[in-house]
Amino acid sequence: MDKKVSVKVCLGTTCFVMGSANLQELIELVPKKYGDRVDVSGVPCLGLCSIDWEFSKAPYVKVDDEVIKEATVEKVLAAIEKKLK
Amino acid sequence: MSMNSTPKQTSHLKREILVRLIKAYLSDNFAENTRLIPYAMRPKGSEVPYRCCIHKERAILRDRTVAGLGMSIEEADDSTLLSTLAEESLKREEPEKNPLTVLTTACKGCVPSRIYVTDLCQGCVARPCINTCKFGAISIQNGKSVIDPEKCKNCGMCVQVCPYQAITKIIVPCENACPVGAIAKDEDGYAKIDFEKCISCGKCVAACPFGAVHEKSQIIDILKNVKAGKKVIAMVAPAIMGQLPCKPAQLKEAIMKLGFADVYEVAQGADVTTKTEAKEFEERLEAGAEFMTTSCCAGYNELVEKHIPEMKPFRSDTKTPLYYTAEIVKKEHPDAVTVFFSPCNAKRKEAMQNPNVDFVLNYEELGAWFVALGVQVSECGEVQFKTEASAEARNYAVTGGVAKAVQTMLPEHLPTYPVVINGLDKQSIRDLKKYAKNGVCELGNLIEVMACPGGCLGGNGTVNAYKQALKQLTGYVNESKPLVNEEEHIEK
Ligand code: SF4
Ligand code: SF4
Ligand code: FES
Repeated sequence: MDKKVSVKVCLGTTCFVMGSANLQELIELVPKKYGDRVDVSGVPCLGLCSIDWEFSKAPYVKVDDEVIKEATVEKVLAAIEKKLK
Repeated sequence: MSMNSTPKQTSHLKREILVRLIKAYLSDNFAENTRLIPYAMRPKGSEVPYRCCIHKERAILRDRTVAGLGMSIEEADDSTLLSTLAEESLKREEPEKNPLTVLTTACKGCVPSRIYVTDLCQGCVARPCINTCKFGAISIQNGKSVIDPEKCKNCGMCVQVCPYQAITKIIVPCENACPVGAIAKDEDGYAKIDFEKCISCGKCVAACPFGAVHEKSQIIDILKNVKAGKKVIAMVAPAIMGQLPCKPAQLKEAIMKLGFADVYEVAQGADVTTKTEAKEFEERLEAGAEFMTTSCCAGYNELVEKHIPEMKPFRSDTKTPLYYTAEIVKKEHPDAVTVFFSPCNAKRKEAMQNPNVDFVLNYEELGAWFVALGVQVSECGEVQFKTEASAEARNYAVTGGVAKAVQTMLPEHLPTYPVVINGLDKQSIRDLKKYAKNGVCELGNLIEVMACPGGCLGGNGTVNAYKQALKQLTGYVNESKPLVNEEEHIEK
């Protein structure tokens, strides 16, 4: 069986304020769309926002090891599709 | 329902600027670092994500920064350096009067409202559009309908008769969202707000796809007072409890990390509102009144003052939760500087009218402050409020919550029929006018009015998505102690 894709939506304060509040819908949407092929969860600060001025690239989402900057629902879904191919 | 569910790229820009402004203020060169904000965000050679060129992008970022400094973009001279404006912003004693400002640079691109013939026009033989236009504005050129803008009166009749739906009305989002016709695009090509009519509801802020309508932030004024070592006290509206990724009990410590001396729940004042309003309702009904409306929503209160004065006798005289809370805080700490943590723009107006409320901070600004200082709210300790509010008071932030709270305090024998106006728009305003004119509302007698759909959680200054915010807040409400109707208890 294929390995599962893991999606971590950063719900740390910086990401949340910069937009991941609106990514929370992924946590419901993704399992509905991909069933158990994808694991999705909200996680505390990934530690990416505090480096230099990197807050401006928040919100961050990790799809496996790939870091998505300024993440949007569309960007995350596209990254998942790519992994599932 | 249109609640703040669509994340906007412009919110990201707004918040990024706020973070940079706060960092600039806390740095050793506020003026210069403020001047550099547009350059830092669009450095030389960087991509130009939205506009024609880097200069236009920087000009827009500059204007957003002006709003962040709490100043009016329309009044600020284009040639004035941001550093000069930053210095000026430090000098004012109180916030500027009108709470909104329009970014002229960003607004220009949006087309004025008009009727437009699309490519779908088939140049049909029947030509119902030409026949219905009373103003003779439509003619056929090259086999297709063309509208003469000089003659068109925007009535939209042709839109309705075209069998191919080839004619559409281009709407201007802010004009369309404003429930009282206070904002319109003028000949200069940008939207102007008529503050005589504006009820500060913030719907235009939420509606504009360019993020061109800005609240004038008071963040600099607040930072200044904190830095000066004043006793700055936070008064947080019930809606805040669904806004950040942490438990509500962690918020107090998080806010105190920003330099606030203490944090009060405005729900504490809501408990006073509930009791006072219930008593008032009972008295009014006994005196023969047909109905009463609530009076806690600042947008609604402005609406009554400016557009439905005939509603005044029916609106409760009870004060808002913010009013009672600020009164308590100033009594306990006469030397305090008070800051209301607000979900919406309308409360800025209420605060200006209340000498006990010094400043207003919305949740975008609060969030930016946490980001600037690197506060992770979920790592803060859980701290109780000195006075814990009731479950009903904490539920004021949700549509229907106020009426429900008042109802809890009413004697059972009183015939109470709550009606909820869930968001002000042109239709609900017509309804309210009708109730006021007829002196009766056929749907009920206790009318709760909320300017924002969903209640305060749907306010234009919020951060969290509505659904999640509601879930968080409801969890908090369910853990809280219910209000007890003492009189009912004694009777039983
Ligand atoms: S929606 Fe209104 S404020 Fe926004 S760009 Fe268009 S005219 Fe300007
Ligand atoms: S704040 Fe509300 S009333 Fe004022 S212009 Fe905007 S939409 Fe209209
Ligand atoms: S809050 Fe998301 S990386 Fe820090």
